[in-house]
Amino acid sequence: MSKSIMKLNNIYRSFKKGRTVIPVLKDINMDLKEQEYICFVGESGCGKTTLGKIITGLLKPSSGELIYQGKDVAKLKGSSYTDYRRGVQIIHQDPYASLNPTHTIFDILSFPLYRHKVVKGRKAAREKVSELLTSVGLTPVAAVIDKYPHQLSGGQRQRVGIARALTTNPKVIVADESVSMVDVSIRISILHMMMKMREELGSTMIFITHDLALAKYFAWKGRIAVMYLGRIVEIGTTPEITQNPQHPYTKSLLSALPEPDPDVTRRKEKIQLRSEDIPRLTELPPGCPFHPRCPWFVEELCDGEIPVLADVPDSDSNAKVACTPLTTGKGLNLYASTTS
Amino acid sequence: MSDVVLSVQDVSIVYHADRGDVKASNHISFDLHKGEAIALIGESGSGKTTVSLSFVDMLPKVAEITSGKVLFTNRDGKTSNIFEYSHEQMRDLRWKECAMVFQGSQSSFNPVLRIREQFLDTARAHGWNNKEEVIAKAIELLKFVRLDPERTLESYPHELSGGMKQRTLIALGVLLSPPVVIFDEPTTALDIITQRAIIDVLKEMQKELGFSIIFISHDLALAAELSTRVATMYAGAIVELGPVEDIFYRALHPYTLGLLRSVPRLSQANEELSSIKGNPPDLINPPSGCKFHPRCEFASEKCATKEPPLVEYEDNHQAACWHTEKVIEARKGLWD
Repeated sequence: MSKSIMKLNNIYRSFKKGRTVIPVLKDINMDLKEQEYICFVGESGCGKTTLGKIITGLLKPSSGELIYQGKDVAKLKGSSYTDYRRGVQIIHQDPYASLNPTHTIFDILSFPLYRHKVVKGRKAAREKVSELLTSVGLTPVAAVIDKYPHQLSGGQRQRVGIARALTTNPKVIVADESVSMVDVSIRISILHMMMKMREELGSTMIFITHDLALAKYFAWKGRIAVMYLGRIVEIGTTPEITQNPQHPYTKSLLSALPEPDPDVTRRKEKIQLRSEDIPRLTELPPGCPFHPRCPWFVEELCDGEIPVLADVPDSDSNAKVACTPLTTGKGLNLYASTTS
Repeated sequence: MSDVVLSVQDVSIVYHADRGDVKASNHISFDLHKGEAIALIGESGSGKTTVSLSFVDMLPKVAEITSGKVLFTNRDGKTSNIFEYSHEQMRDLRWKECAMVFQGSQSSFNPVLRIREQFLDTARAHGWNNKEEVIAKAIELLKFVRLDPERTLESYPHELSGGMKQRTLIALGVLLSPPVVIFDEPTTALDIITQRAIIDVLKEMQKELGFSIIFISHDLALAAELSTRVATMYAGAIVELGPVEDIFYRALHPYTLGLLRSVPRLSQANEELSSIKGNPPDLINPPSGCKFHPRCEFASEKCATKEPPLVEYEDNHQAACWHTEKVIEARKGLWD
């Protein structure tokens, strides 16, 4: 088993809106390994972007600890904090908004190089930037390096975004919906680029997306964590999650997804939820947050205690699941009867 | 009698921009039959929205229709060219004969009117003044899209969630039972489970109400699920047109094949995907010959000089490519 690079201990994060406190992330516990692929998937409002920002240090957790290479990030100071900031980089979603329109590509890529003292002097910076542009496939370099973002296409801009994340040789890269705004025909080439980067740099690749099919392709050798209303409800290897889901929410998501195959998508078995409405984060139902919608809801069991991530006994999946009937075996007869 | 509701013939549209003329739509022809759902698929800038906007006269001012006609057959069986309609005739056509449901339902409602008023308004504009009848119909349709009619009618747009708004808009779109409904990316920006609910509603509605659908999407999965026929669009033109199974399982155009190869399928375990090389073309100075040739793996010299016409290869399956035999060879293995 590879070494841990980052640990999330009981991460909780809330936002204040007027007098109301909105809890966006709750009880996030995870161990991120060196060089692994991991995807956070879920619908809007599940907290996946907030989690990505906490990992990169763009937001601080309200409580809980973020441990990077064995040290609590909140307590890092001076050069060790710079090490963390250098080691963890993000690729944003929108390549039109994430690049400063008044700076050239060279400016955009050289700032972090100077800031983190990767290179000294303009000549060395030019060389390093050329190298970066080549590695993300923006060639010939001379045709790109002195341009402004608006002179590039969306796909090219996203490559610049990737190159910027690579300027500091990061150990962890967070890609937040990084291909959702790129045309379908070139999306895969950007994903391939990110996969190649991971191979070359040996960094941990965190991909945040709502697209399960894309997550499956990207992290086939890694893990997927499915999030719902601020919590991880199922986490396991990508083949387990996508081919043999356990949690009712994961099952519902997978069954709801149309597929680019007329026969498969029309024949697909669809799970009917009890309700289509997603509860508000400020008025979460008691117990399992999914229970008002869950077709396998067991009264008094699911609306009592909040389920915690645990193994499912007697299952062919090693995924951890937050579902009381599945993990405790209680009420499972009821559960099974509604399944069949 | 023919069952063609909308016959699009040789439609070309340009946008007059500062840099030059953007050839957004080039000689587009297709027939929409009664009860069918045709999906226009393609990337941003392929012209799928542009051509659809011309059917309801909602193109921006900088656009000019340079050729073609759109023959519309109304419910009385009378056929006329939409492009020749007066302003009044066009007003009458919209909603009543041909409704367009836009993406981003947020901006489709008047934010200061209750939903009830918006239903009444739409009906009134078309001379339907019996409020009770309109509301009765609205309630029926809102039930159909699985909303609580009373609550929805009394709400302001901001009080509804994205999915509820989209459903309300679909109900409003079919209020006057138009024979043709155009859906522009109806489920983009919606969550997976909400998207599923909308898909199911659309399928059911179409079955029950029997209207014809033109459905614009960049999402192949949605086209696979909802359409009976698919038109692949590239650089403002239809490059392949055929029954949905033919397009997915027996693609004849390299661009369609390229798209199919670039979308992951959940049901497949480990799969090989590839992107189409290069970028979508500049429509001010489009490439010579076949507009796809700079990105095409099968391109020959002929492709760079001569534009291939859209020809019928099998029953109702047309493609515009000089090298379909190479595509047939290359598509083997895609569905194993």
